[in-house]
Amino acid sequence: MRMLAAMSGGVDSAVAAARAVEAGHDVVGVHLALSAKPGTLRTGARGCCTIEDARDARRAADVLGIPFYVWDFAERFTEDVIEDFVAEYAAGRTPNPCVRCNEKIKFAALLDRALALGFDAVCTGHYARLSIVDGRPELRRAEDAGKDQSYVLASLTEDQLRHAMFPLGDSTKPMVRAEATRRGLAVADKPDSHDICFIPDGDTRAFLSRRLGERPGALVDHETGAVLGGHTGVHGFTVGQRRGLGIDAPAPDGRPRYVLALEPVSGTVRVGPAQRLGVREISGGPAVWPSGRRLDGAVECVAQVRAHGGTGAAVADAVDDGVRVRLTEPLRGVAPGQTVVLYRADDAGDVVLGSATITATA
Amino acid sequence: MTYLDHAATTPMLPEVAEAMMGYFADTRCTPGNASSLHSSGRRARRVVEEARENVADALGARPSEILFTAGGTESDNLAVKGIYWARRAEDPARRRLLVSSVDHHAVLDAAEWLAEHEGAEVTWLAADATGRVRQETVEAAIAANPDDVAVATVMWANNEVGTVNPVRDLAEICSAHGIPLHTDAVQAVSTLPVDFGVSGAAAMTVTGHKLGGPFGVGALLLGRDVPCAPLLHGGGQERDVRSGTLDVPAIHALATAVRAAVDGRAERAAELAALRAELVAGVRAAVPDAVLNGDSGQSDIAGGPGGLPGIAHFTFPGCEGDSLLMLLDAKGIECSTGSACTAGVARPSHVLLAMGVDPAAARGSLRFSLGHTSTAADVAALVEAIGPVVDRARSAALAGARRAADRADSGDPGLSERDTVPSAAEV
Repeated sequence: MRMLAAMSGGVDSAVAAARAVEAGHDVVGVHLALSAKPGTLRTGARGCCTIEDARDARRAADVLGIPFYVWDFAERFTEDVIEDFVAEYAAGRTPNPCVRCNEKIKFAALLDRALALGFDAVCTGHYARLSIVDGRPELRRAEDAGKDQSYVLASLTEDQLRHAMFPLGDSTKPMVRAEATRRGLAVADKPDSHDICFIPDGDTRAFLSRRLGERPGALVDHETGAVLGGHTGVHGFTVGQRRGLGIDAPAPDGRPRYVLALEPVSGTVRVGPAQRLGVREISGGPAVWPSGRRLDGAVECVAQVRAHGGTGAAVADAVDDGVRVRLTEPLRGVAPGQTVVLYRADDAGDVVLGSATITATA
Repeated sequence: MTYLDHAATTPMLPEVAEAMMGYFADTRCTPGNASSLHSSGRRARRVVEEARENVADALGARPSEILFTAGGTESDNLAVKGIYWARRAEDPARRRLLVSSVDHHAVLDAAEWLAEHEGAEVTWLAADATGRVRQETVEAAIAANPDDVAVATVMWANNEVGTVNPVRDLAEICSAHGIPLHTDAVQAVSTLPVDFGVSGAAAMTVTGHKLGGPFGVGALLLGRDVPCAPLLHGGGQERDVRSGTLDVPAIHALATAVRAAVDGRAERAAELAALRAELVAGVRAAVPDAVLNGDSGQSDIAGGPGGLPGIAHFTFPGCEGDSLLMLLDAKGIECSTGSACTAGVARPSHVLLAMGVDPAAARGSLRFSLGHTSTAADVAALVEAIGPVVDRARSAALAGARRAADRADSGDPGLSERDTVPSAAEV
């Protein structure tokens, strides 16, 4: 097959490309330039679109003996990922930009261009397993549970997955690093990237404040409606947050208070006790079914609401173009804007059934 | 391999490689530092001074006006910053730079740096739709205040679209006000009648690897009475304006290349012009809506053609330059999307934007540049490939836009369209 390998400059995508080459595919490496003004060097382990990363990707392609290009997706990335991220926070939701990037950039803008230019698929260094079962794509968790990225890929459609390849799904990170060393790839010991690539200093709150400015509002007790204090914008808060609320007076019961809800139109942040954080029911939409199979009736499954952790047993059913998820036990840290991913409730528990953006919780 | 990127770098001429290798092989020469006072040093120095005389003779300058540098970027920086600093030191009122908006980044960024860090004021000289800086533009810029201009800079011929500037006329306008004009002649030397003395320019940049010489060596031609502060301080080897131990073999090779380029210029220009005409006609026949950018080649500027005979720059409507370049590269045809930034990302060219080209159209542009090794077979290979490549790149751009729209509508695109995508073998 003609394979376009998306190469970030990290060790994972380099080894993924190497495996595609070894499997006999005709591989071309492409580094996506996602920033209009890339920094020269990586700042710590953050970021993935600096000039140094482009160079690292280029050197990996040299070692693999494949053609290499840098494609400018900065405009699309700004529009579909960064602006979306800012707008979601402004609307009181908690987005996952990596999900959005996979959905809109890597497996949309990039994949579309690749297919039209004559490629058959896009290959990435994501940790997830992908195979065709009964003629349909089946997306599963990675062998390496600590690196599993099926969560951020679960919003890909059947069509997108049919043109995707994840060669690292069966490997652990140490295996990948060892293989990179064996193959003479200089990125073998390059640190993993973490956090959000377009916020290199990791300070999301400061980033949002720069973008959104001050939008003052009130901190309100969820039960009594009493105003407990003020704040400079709902974008500075996340549901489940405890620290940095800026409330002087302690709660009457002496227990810590948490952010329970964000109401961007009125600028209200509702706070209350921990037990109010537990979510029993999640509504999400639009639903995406990676295998193309919509849930049929009420299905027992495992729901995951964050990239790492945040799982709970649940019963889900498809409702119109969305999904309703009833959790067996209350789950904390669930906020509108996050993605809920449903896994099959068998022994392995690793097959992705579907996903949706959370629209409401109860 | 079809190499159509001579404006990026052109292969070394055989006689230049021979001269350079010969120098390395000559054990009497290699140990000598041209600044040393013993026999070996004198031998090295003699090679440098002969090279200086050769370059001066070929380019219409005096030997003392040749400063050897590490290439075009250094020469441009030295001219823009050095002359600015020296002229401002003479008269603090001189804080203005007149800079062509289509010049190379080595000039533009040096000027912007002076504006950001040295309190300079930049007056950008607009280009017309062909990419040419006109006399009246320079006149008007000077007229705003003739006394506060430190230096003016306008390239001899543009590296992207090939348009030639009326350097002689511009230098005359500047000279009338005592303003030194620097011109970047990097692309011009091998095909245009470049004569430093006749041009009236105060400073001129040339570099080795664009005319069949080695990388990493060039020269700034600097008039004897033009003040210029150094960028590099040290031994003062080059007229006290440029320091650094002289790279004797590279300088020897540069001089050989300049001599050969100038001697073979008329013949080469005629050959390239004929090849270019074939290329332009062939591309137009294959892609009727392709737009040829720059000078049409009919005009006469300073005794030569209005455009470089070796450059053909096209906009292919509805295409991404990235896609075109990759598809051609896959067929062994090498060209350029224009200017590339350090990360290797193709940005809409500042030259095209200055010419008034729409940014989206600018992104769908390619430069094909011919040189001394180009043949009719190279042109034929491009002409054969370009039609299908443009069709495919156009369908890629359309597919991206259409599918993005579909996705926005339905959230879940169907399979049918994608399954009909043709395989690579069909292109």
